[in-house]
Amino acid sequence: MSESSRVGPRMSAATKARPADRIFRLLSTSAAVSIMVILAGVALFLIVRSLPAILANWQTTPELSTGPTGGFASFFSYVGPLAFGTVWASVIALLMATPVAVGIALFISHYSPRKLAGFLGYIVDLLAAVPSVVFGLWGILVMRPFLLPMQVWLNEYLGWIPLFSGKVTSTGSSILTGAVVLAVMVLPIITSISREIFLQTPKLHEEAALALGSTRWEMIRLTVFPYARSGVVSAILLGLGRALGETMAVAMIISPAILVSFKLTTEGENSQTIASNIALNFPIASGLQRDALIGTGLVLFVISLAVNMLARLILNAKPGGRKLWVRPRTEPRAKAIAIAAAEAGAETAIDTSQRSPAGRS
Amino acid sequence: MSGSGTLKIPATRNRLTTGQLPRFASLYTLGVAFVLAAAVMGLIGFNAFGLAAFTSVFYLILISALSTAIENRRKAMDRFVRGLVTVAFLLALAPLVSTLWTVFSKGIGIISPAFVFTSGGSPTINPNTLEIVSSPGALQAIVGTLEITGLATLFSVPIGLLTAIYLVEYAAPTFWLRRVVNFLVDVMTGIPSIVAGLFAFSLFSLLVGPKAFSGLSAAVALSVLMIPTVVRSSEEMLRLVPADLREASYALGVTKYVTIMRIVVPTAIAGLATGVTLAIARVIGETAPIFMAASFTDAFNGNPLNGPMQTLPVMAYTGYKFPGQDIALSNDQAWGAALLLVALVIVLNLIARIIAMIFAPKTGR
Repeated sequence: MSESSRVGPRMSAATKARPADRIFRLLSTSAAVSIMVILAGVALFLIVRSLPAILANWQTTPELSTGPTGGFASFFSYVGPLAFGTVWASVIALLMATPVAVGIALFISHYSPRKLAGFLGYIVDLLAAVPSVVFGLWGILVMRPFLLPMQVWLNEYLGWIPLFSGKVTSTGSSILTGAVVLAVMVLPIITSISREIFLQTPKLHEEAALALGSTRWEMIRLTVFPYARSGVVSAILLGLGRALGETMAVAMIISPAILVSFKLTTEGENSQTIASNIALNFPIASGLQRDALIGTGLVLFVISLAVNMLARLILNAKPGGRKLWVRPRTEPRAKAIAIAAAEAGAETAIDTSQRSPAGRS
Repeated sequence: MSGSGTLKIPATRNRLTTGQLPRFASLYTLGVAFVLAAAVMGLIGFNAFGLAAFTSVFYLILISALSTAIENRRKAMDRFVRGLVTVAFLLALAPLVSTLWTVFSKGIGIISPAFVFTSGGSPTINPNTLEIVSSPGALQAIVGTLEITGLATLFSVPIGLLTAIYLVEYAAPTFWLRRVVNFLVDVMTGIPSIVAGLFAFSLFSLLVGPKAFSGLSAAVALSVLMIPTVVRSSEEMLRLVPADLREASYALGVTKYVTIMRIVVPTAIAGLATGVTLAIARVIGETAPIFMAASFTDAFNGNPLNGPMQTLPVMAYTGYKFPGQDIALSNDQAWGAALLLVALVIVLNLIARIIAMIFAPKTGR
């Protein structure tokens, strides 16, 4: 970029400018290529560093059979329960967050006063700005005692359901508490993406539904939901991606063990997550143990990469090249709306790169 | 119930509103629900969240029942959903308010000029009493946070901005590199932060050997997280620049490079600044990657090239998880660091909004 100050002013004639032009083009292209290099580098360095631990025989290698990695037959029997715990905690969090997030998105996009919508959206986005370590501290101090009575109650009266069985937690450090905090953290992601998509529903569809005498909720069910379905699914998947990689809140709240457990209200025998396991053991691990932890990080990377790619593929699916959204199947009642709206849906298909708070006007 | 008395009035007054709940029916219902919830709380013991929860449940039941009886099932459903989404929104406010309040009330006690401007935490031996004493201080963490975030910004802004320029100005929409980079940037947004930290640690441990912890390494980790954010926001801002401006510039015989540097970027500069500020706000609170790459220390280390560095988020984490000799002091320090961090994030967000507001691009649309 130093070129700009040096050559910039003198370069108004096209012929003189060619070298600088070419250099700049090269610079920006190589920046774009560097994105590929960085992503490949992340994968490569994780693989190189973790390979010794993945390939080692865990029972005969003294370093791996003791300490945080002790007691496992191989890398895969170590990472298996961790991967399960990661997915399990995230799924519970999503089950709690999704209905609330979609509700908030609807409230902001279709129920709140128009003038307030931007401000309310900003408030929910503030939730995303709070650092995760702060949520961790908050979880320890506020959420654990707050949710404890509920967990005792669940365990006592619904203990016959396997999910709530086992010895109930005494401090609140259960996977349920962790999942509630995780849910709070993924809430803003699902909300903001869903909100943007709800707002993109073609106005003509909505007005047609209202003109036919729909109540607001019927209008939303007939026009907004079919239009936004794939978008909300990918919003949920992106939330899942965030929850999978979340480290601090889980590491600080949940009292874990490396095992597969579906129980929600226990303590000390909750399934550990990959990220939290790394955060807790990395400082005390040595050499090969660190490599093993990096190996689990690689597994996390692959899982969240898969989830994110899936989400993006759904979000970016463009049948026929230009159209972003799969056209909702027209039910008899919605048919009139669809006809009235004619091609409005196709015309308002929006390129994903433009979807953002600022892009909306 | 108290509702039925008020409900008959509009029905006799105006035929247009026949079969509808009166205008403020939801407010009255809310009042009744609140009273009922308060009564329940009186029976089983008071707590604020329970009061809110019972109020919401009673409100939803009452309004649905009333509306079904007086209006019809469809309108009842509508009112029910309206209530439900409002409750969802209020439910999201609870953790936000609670978090901010907790951090503020727990952290404000330790915040003082001494805490901000001295480095402390590492225990020293008092020569007179031979006691181990630790003093509060967060300067080492503040310096670490600023240096690491600053370096990360230095790495990611050029790469991010140039990539955005490539995507918007150079690449043809269907060119394979553009589509691949577009996709990868999206994917990169989803890299778990701890994986970025592990990447930086692996990279530096392979390059410089076992003593791999450094601020630079943490800055690399943060860059991995920051670049996609910068690319996305810059790309969007560059796209907002009207094509007329570019065409006018080309028509005058100005080359592409000068057009970009003199026309496109200056036009979008406010948006670009906002995007970068928000990206900084996003990574400044990252704990896991810094923890992996720069480790933690109580000692003051101002050199990002060598040795572990303390940062505010890591201080908040380690103060709780790996407390020093004086556990109470460590915990207090953790809250202090958390409060400073939240304040920093809020200030950055405000700056971003102010930049966006003052220099909002005046597009003609």
